[in-house]
Amino acid sequence: MPVSEAHSRVVYDALRASGVKVVSALPETWLVHLIRMAEDDPNMILVRLAKEEEGVGVSMGAHFAGVRSALLMQNHGFLQAINGIVSGAMLYHMPLLLMISDRGHLGEKDPWQTEGGRYTRRVLDALGIVHDELRNPDEVAVKVDRAMTLAQSSLSPVALLMTRSLMWEEPPPPPAGPPPAAGLAAPRAAGERPGGSGA
Amino acid sequence: MTRLECLRAIYEDIQDCAVVTIMGATSAELHSLGHRPNFFYLTHAMGLASSIGLGLALCQPSRRVVVLDGDGSVLMNLGGLSTLARYGPRNMVEIIFDNESLLSVGGFPTATATGTDLAACARGAGIDNTVTARNADDFVSAVRAALAGEKLACIVAKVEAVGPAGYIVDTHMLEDRFMFARAMRQPPQNGGKMP
Repeated sequence: MPVSEAHSRVVYDALRASGVKVVSALPETWLVHLIRMAEDDPNMILVRLAKEEEGVGVSMGAHFAGVRSALLMQNHGFLQAINGIVSGAMLYHMPLLLMISDRGHLGEKDPWQTEGGRYTRRVLDALGIVHDELRNPDEVAVKVDRAMTLAQSSLSPVALLMTRSLMWEEPPPPPAGPPPAAGLAAPRAAGERPGGSGA
Repeated sequence: MTRLECLRAIYEDIQDCAVVTIMGATSAELHSLGHRPNFFYLTHAMGLASSIGLGLALCQPSRRVVVLDGDGSVLMNLGGLSTLARYGPRNMVEIIFDNESLLSVGGFPTATATGTDLAACARGAGIDNTVTARNADDFVSAVRAALAGEKLACIVAKVEAVGPAGYIVDTHMLEDRFMFARAMRQPPQNGGKMP
């Protein structure tokens, strides 16, 4: 499976380092390693959900108990959970760390994932939820920690989008053809964002 | 029987537990019997009371958690029963007041008025320790047995579709929220403590 186990480990370790003791999740392809890591960790409470909105309630209960939590969800799961996020977490000023797999964005091959990818960021913006992208394993620990810090200080949801660049291991590139003409390679590389093209 | 009679009859039994209620009549009635900082009234977010109870119960296994739910709310989160059953927190009691209606919004019948049996749903979801109470004595016995036990319990109380004249309580929802969070930082006392 080309979902990156190594980068999933980086994300999981970052969640642990930020104090997360409860993870709620509904499985999807990009989340399988993360969910297994939570399951195998005797110091983590994993709550497997029937529907993502429940996870908002679980996190509210955990917060009342003084315990930090995170929600693992696909972006369609985020869309599913919106009423709970608005009328539970936002109405009651509850910290939520939404770890959202960024399906349906650049490089998505599954047609059924593409609608969610089109709207996720705009819905996050419409709700006023601060969000950022995780594209590169080197930035994961600091961004997870900062997202958790902001969620706790603002008592609000904060979302991190786990992009394809981070979560997906691309198959090896096809055998190299003739070298590109001089002058083309450099500008193209400079236009790329850290962590790859996202394709 | 009415929900208010039921609440009055069990008030002393649950007063030291963490109590999470749904919005509307249930919260107003519990509040009218006496607010305590360890009571949280979930306004809005219909369906999530049992999920909040689950999160709290899993994180504080030494505290008894009582959720006062309703038929309309549970029907909005039937999957939550399966999640509850899956983790089966031994310190949690899920009480569902089933008045077969959405009383707060005009009394429209819910699906329990047309045959849906929430106790069967709970049992089918995997909460074996589920009972239905149709009179106050049975209800009180069921609650006391659940609070004396160490197993996730679900009690479906069939109640009349009557409620208070109004649903406004004199504490603001955010005041309740912070008061409850502070109360949950204190160790559980008396009947709110697991053996």
